[in-house]
Amino acid sequence: MLKKLTAVLFVLSNSILFGQECDYNLTGKVVDFHDNSRLAGAIVYLRGVEKGIRSDEDGNYSLDGLCKGQFELIVSHPACDPVFLTIEIQGDTVKDLILEHHVEELDEVQLLGETVKNKMNTAQEQQLTTAVIERYSSATLGDALKEIGGVTGLSTGANIVKPTIHGLNGSRVLMLNDGVRMQDMEWGEEHAPNIDINAAGSISVIKGASALQYGGDAIGGVIVLDQTFRTAQDTLYGKTIVNGMTNGRGGNISTELTKVFDEGWFLKGQASYKRLGDREAPDYVLSNTGIEETGLSIRFGKKNFSWGWDAWYSYYDADIAILRASHIGNIDDLIRSINSGQPQVIEPFTYDISNPRQEVTHHLGKLNIYKRFEGTGKWNLRYDFQNNRRFEYDLRLGEVRDIPAIDLELQTHTINTDFLWDANSTIQVRTGLLGRYQNNFANPDTGVRRLIPDYDKYDLGIFAIGEYRFSEQWLLEAGARYDLTRIDALKYYRTSRWVERGYDQDFSEFVVEDFGNQLLTNPVFDYHNFSGTAGLHYKVNGTVDFRFNYTLAQRAPNPSELFSDGLHHSAARLELGDLRIGSETSHKIALSYQRSFNSWSFLVEPYANFISDFILLEPTGTEFTIRGAFPLWTYRQTNARLLGADLAAFVNWTPEWKTEHRFSIVKGKDTETNIALINIPAANITNKITFEKSEWKNLRTGLESLYVFRQNEYPPDITVFSPEQQQEVLLEINTPPEPYHLLKFYADVEFELGSRTRLGVGVTVDNLLNTNYRDYLNRLRYFADDLGRNIILQLNLKY
Amino acid sequence: MVSAIKSLKTIITLATGILIIACGNDDEIPEIVNEEEVITTVNLTLTPQGGGTSIIVQSQDLDGDGPNPPVISVSGNLTSFTTYEGSILILNETENPAENITEEVEEEDEEHQFFYTSTGSIENIVYNDMDSDGNPVGLSFLLTTGEPGSATLAVTLRHEPVKPNDGSLTNAGGETDIAQTFNITVD
Repeated sequence: MLKKLTAVLFVLSNSILFGQECDYNLTGKVVDFHDNSRLAGAIVYLRGVEKGIRSDEDGNYSLDGLCKGQFELIVSHPACDPVFLTIEIQGDTVKDLILEHHVEELDEVQLLGETVKNKMNTAQEQQLTTAVIERYSSATLGDALKEIGGVTGLSTGANIVKPTIHGLNGSRVLMLNDGVRMQDMEWGEEHAPNIDINAAGSISVIKGASALQYGGDAIGGVIVLDQTFRTAQDTLYGKTIVNGMTNGRGGNISTELTKVFDEGWFLKGQASYKRLGDREAPDYVLSNTGIEETGLSIRFGKKNFSWGWDAWYSYYDADIAILRASHIGNIDDLIRSINSGQPQVIEPFTYDISNPRQEVTHHLGKLNIYKRFEGTGKWNLRYDFQNNRRFEYDLRLGEVRDIPAIDLELQTHTINTDFLWDANSTIQVRTGLLGRYQNNFANPDTGVRRLIPDYDKYDLGIFAIGEYRFSEQWLLEAGARYDLTRIDALKYYRTSRWVERGYDQDFSEFVVEDFGNQLLTNPVFDYHNFSGTAGLHYKVNGTVDFRFNYTLAQRAPNPSELFSDGLHHSAARLELGDLRIGSETSHKIALSYQRSFNSWSFLVEPYANFISDFILLEPTGTEFTIRGAFPLWTYRQTNARLLGADLAAFVNWTPEWKTEHRFSIVKGKDTETNIALINIPAANITNKITFEKSEWKNLRTGLESLYVFRQNEYPPDITVFSPEQQQEVLLEINTPPEPYHLLKFYADVEFELGSRTRLGVGVTVDNLLNTNYRDYLNRLRYFADDLGRNIILQLNLKY
Repeated sequence: MVSAIKSLKTIITLATGILIIACGNDDEIPEIVNEEEVITTVNLTLTPQGGGTSIIVQSQDLDGDGPNPPVISVSGNLTSFTTYEGSILILNETENPAENITEEVEEEDEEHQFFYTSTGSIENIVYNDMDSDGNPVGLSFLLTTGEPGSATLAVTLRHEPVKPNDGSLTNAGGETDIAQTFNITVD
């Protein structure tokens, strides 16, 4: 009330002071930039005069009682970025206002199931909506991402899933968590993203490195997790999701609450907790596969049209049990496991999380400031700090039983700034700078020689990207980026390893001190990486959407590729990096063609990725120790080629019945040796039939069939000497498992409990037929079958 | 103007200070890790019952998990149709003086067991000791040779095996500390 009074007084005082004629009108309509559709509910606000109105159902607005003069006009809409205009009032004025629609709104008319385009204009990109994310609330981020064509997961059991885009993962997939590039030791095959899926509002996947503003090294792609935010004033809203599941006999709870105050102040809190016991395959308990996961985040700030800031803190902790049967002593144990087809350890179900296990903790703090400059654009400044701690507990005995075998602490400080020139509706340019400092500390208290050494890493990046909309249908996009990476490590090498690798010849200058059987070395490397992108987008609304994109990307080797040196006890393998490894360079061409008809549409996305100096890790032989023989995995560089396509089609048979069809294939080849690349996802086909009727309590139900072909292209198996058998034996370490078919069913309904309160009740059944299967990209496939049937019951309360 | 330069200087000094603090642990030398409980050497002594020359069978791997394979040596051939009294010694020779790990095994004998398997001209190997629960340990054993010919002798040390067990590695479980196989000739 007081506010209104002040406003009235202000207006009055204005009129009194100037005493001029103030009875002019400003009228017009608010339309969408893309299709000229009228936008209802847009707020048209005249700054200085402090007058505003909401557009009506036909998008019309009208402001009266205006004086002559120049004013700043702010136009906003819940689904659009606000627009700032200067307007001259000389008499009654008619002005149509154009807004560019955000994707959120398009979700409801989307053509391809639950995914829709966003973020980049010319790259292949798809998005997961909040509804899909909620359905995966009790699973992992990697599981949810598999809904997107061309995205699979490299997993270590059911709890650790690394997203794989177009056959590539790890350091080639950049995870962007609300603008912050995750620094969570993504280099390890058994390191899952340290992200709680429940904290994400929407998730986009850009299949390629074209999103240069995030980094130039995302040869696989970029996963962007965003917050969805309603900027309505003075509201309090939230949601709570509870899941219970049969496989693992546990569940999770996730809750979030947002309060928006006056003048753009907001506060949001989110918390989740998950607890599962041993998971089960159809025929046996997968002993020691439970998980305990906690996520917390708090965010507050002030968001206005012209400026704003926000601070965010997020905490993630996961204690993940690793299948007991996967801990093997030496190569004979591995041969036995592969040959027997049964896990070597099966115990009764328990909630206990025992060794081997890993415990990861991630702290993330971020401060972001933005300011809009009238008629120019928007400036952003961001600082973030991340602390990632990883403990890996092996089956150790005696006094060291409870001491981890791996204990790493990774700390990262990043500062970046960018400026977006968006005043011109045909040309937009964004430029930015990035600086990053990272320190890794490998705790010697483990009593185990470090797999990853202590290091300092410095990054400096600069980029510019622009887009030019040269007609209603056509858009051109181009960008360039330069990154400098310096890595400065302090590492102990075994003298015998240093000599065996030939480092005594090539890198003798790195040696700091000789301890007899170990050498302290100080390798320092600089990498200069250039990346660039260019693309075209052609769109006729509602019928054709065509995208072409070329991207050059370079990636510096990660610490694991350079320095790995030691026995990975839990995997019973020796991993060896190589100091000679340099940056890899990718040239990727991607096309996307989407055609929509009245009741159906299809999407074709072929791509080709040529990578020179591709870094890969593969089994190469055996090393002998007193404990027996161990398979040796080494990193090497080669030239590689990845060819693939993602296809999708969507049919509306009736308003309620729909079907969705997806097919993905990728072929990877080492072009130097003409041998298939390791760990390339097998072709897969998904068919889904859904029935949705909003009159029946918003019923949504579907049956999904996933068929995964056998990967027929893989590197040859290796022969190893078995000390136990005293002969060379074939170790089928690369042979992929048989194809499999899984069915999944889900149904959910929603009840109105009050004007703003809704309760959703849903049931999901994974692996409906309780099929026995093993997946090529599950690192535990040698030891046990994958998960059996899982029935998940979900309650989703929104208020 | 002067004050502006002054404050600029202050800012630069502060910023540099922060940077130095942030990157301060730059040259800190990491502590060396000398792995404990490393077994570098397995040494079997086989003495013929009733006297004669002892045969020493040894596997030594001084660089542990490093690239060099264990060096295996057998001091001579066994005699056919003879029973040998066997004893085993395990050492960590990365330390100076070498650490005798056999003593640790003796102290925790309920948690350890050696397994001996053979092929060819070795007739049998039987345990010649017991832990406090009356189960075999394998620190001493009896080995009987058969016809002249070649033979293999495999030695496995398991940590925390199931005890008692049926004598097979699969049934015993536990963690492998040693797994070495020796080629032996029986005259």
